[in-house]
Amino acid sequence: MKIKWSHIEEKFFKALMVAVTFIVLGSLFAVIGVIVFKGGRALSLSMITQTPRGGYYLGKEGGVLNAIVGSLYLGLGATALSLLFSLPIAFYLQKEYLHPRIANLVRLSLDVLWGVPSIIYGVFGFTIMLYLGLRASLLGGITALTLLEMPIMVRAMDEILKMVPNELKEASYTVGATRFETMFTVVSRQALPGIVSAVILAFGRGIGDAASIMFTAGYTDHIPHSLFDPVASLPLAVFFQLGTPFREVQERAYASAVILLVMVLLLTVSSRLLTRRAAKYVIR
Amino acid sequence: MRKFIDSLSSKLMCTFTILASFMAFFIACGLYVKSKPILDITSLKILLTSSSWHPLKGEFGFFPFLMGTFWVTGLAMVLAVPVCLLCSVYLAEYAPRRFRETAKPLIDLLAGIPSVVYGVFGVLAVVPFIRNAAQYVGISSTGYSVLAGGIVLAVMVFPIIISVSVEVIQSIPYEARESSLALGATHWQTVKKVVLRKAFPGIVAAVILGFSRAFGETMAVLMVVGNVVQVPHSVFDEAYPLTALIANNYGEMLSVPLYDSALLLGALLLLVVVFLFSIAARLILMRGEVQ
Repeated sequence: MKIKWSHIEEKFFKALMVAVTFIVLGSLFAVIGVIVFKGGRALSLSMITQTPRGGYYLGKEGGVLNAIVGSLYLGLGATALSLLFSLPIAFYLQKEYLHPRIANLVRLSLDVLWGVPSIIYGVFGFTIMLYLGLRASLLGGITALTLLEMPIMVRAMDEILKMVPNELKEASYTVGATRFETMFTVVSRQALPGIVSAVILAFGRGIGDAASIMFTAGYTDHIPHSLFDPVASLPLAVFFQLGTPFREVQERAYASAVILLVMVLLLTVSSRLLTRRAAKYVIR
Repeated sequence: MRKFIDSLSSKLMCTFTILASFMAFFIACGLYVKSKPILDITSLKILLTSSSWHPLKGEFGFFPFLMGTFWVTGLAMVLAVPVCLLCSVYLAEYAPRRFRETAKPLIDLLAGIPSVVYGVFGVLAVVPFIRNAAQYVGISSTGYSVLAGGIVLAVMVFPIIISVSVEVIQSIPYEARESSLALGATHWQTVKKVVLRKAFPGIVAAVILGFSRAFGETMAVLMVVGNVVQVPHSVFDEAYPLTALIANNYGEMLSVPLYDSALLLGALLLLVVVFLFSIAARLILMRGEVQ
């Protein structure tokens, strides 16, 4: 039998596609592998339990506890604040409150915000802070990160809330519940897994972002005591340490990158577990 | 009382929503007001086409930075688009169900990795690789180059393009494929002539979304492109993209007159481009949803 050209083409492209898919998945393992391999060696207990001592950036004793704690403060603060805004906005986008056409316009504008580069949030936040006479501080960093996280959170929640079956809401309205009660007791419970994963997604994005807090949060060797103190963060710790000419300090940058990577990966895993737990309230 | 809570909460939610939907507008206005001083002195056209960047002399030519951004982003898209296209066709059409279910969360994981980590990856793996490869072909390069930025950015936009494209391809009704297969077309012919043609607008939108992400990416690019003020002539040259310029200089050089205004103009340029592209992408995707 003659071999058809179209079958050769089929085989060729299939092989090509498999190869390409392995490149994509391989790049994930390459990124994680390279970071863990290079950073793992420099990682030590003192890295995560100590703040930088004198001469740390010349290769002396110390760790990046200031940055770890700072990142957690920034991330948790911004996530809490943006949850406070996002949940009401996501509810408001549903058809009980807003005409679908207007809701779609709002969605469009949030999608545009989602695409705004984080450096712009940083620059804009800093401009506002200059105007108000604030200096780089935990508060500034949290504000900039909130701007960054909010569109991500709202859009992720909105997609989930849209999926809540109408019958469920109708049942609630039939027994006389107001929109507020329906939203916060019935709908939010049904959508809880999605809401949890939206919050964690935004948290992960916030904790890993450097460009938006570069100017707004500043950097310090100490753990902040008030909202108006400058605060260190892990992504910037990686960046600054990598920029020094000393080998030991650069290795610590790799180690800090491992810490950051592990935190983000843990968040992803915990998102899956928490989502599963939250799913027990969902009515099928 | 319950009615009161309902209407009060509704008003509060409405306020939040209005604030959020005008946020993009506020940011654009704020940046415009701050970049006005420099626009009053020099015309936008000169700023965009001049290559002389001497802030102390008051000369702000954005051309090298625009070219830097253009080269790095363009190269990233050239590398990423074919790979993402083939990968999403494979995941949506060919891959066994179980493989797809494992591969998708892994690709999403790639999206969650912070950009500085990509930057460190670039410095550790991509830059030395390029230095050696350049030596091999007889070009001297430090490795910190447009190519390094392009590769790192390409990996960063993989998950964005792939996840949207896979969704678009999967949303095409199965009947369209069946009729093609029934006429004796092979699977690949069906993909090529039917599936990709129907999915084309959606894939374009996915690519645009990836583009705007790559365009505005700061940290990872900043760490691997070398940051030399010049118009790059080959992929092995150093470049200095707009985002890197802002990140490196804003906040420090505010004493130089007009410097902050110039940098905010740079930020405004970024914002405008991202606005246009993401509105286009979203409109395409929304139209697809309506149909």
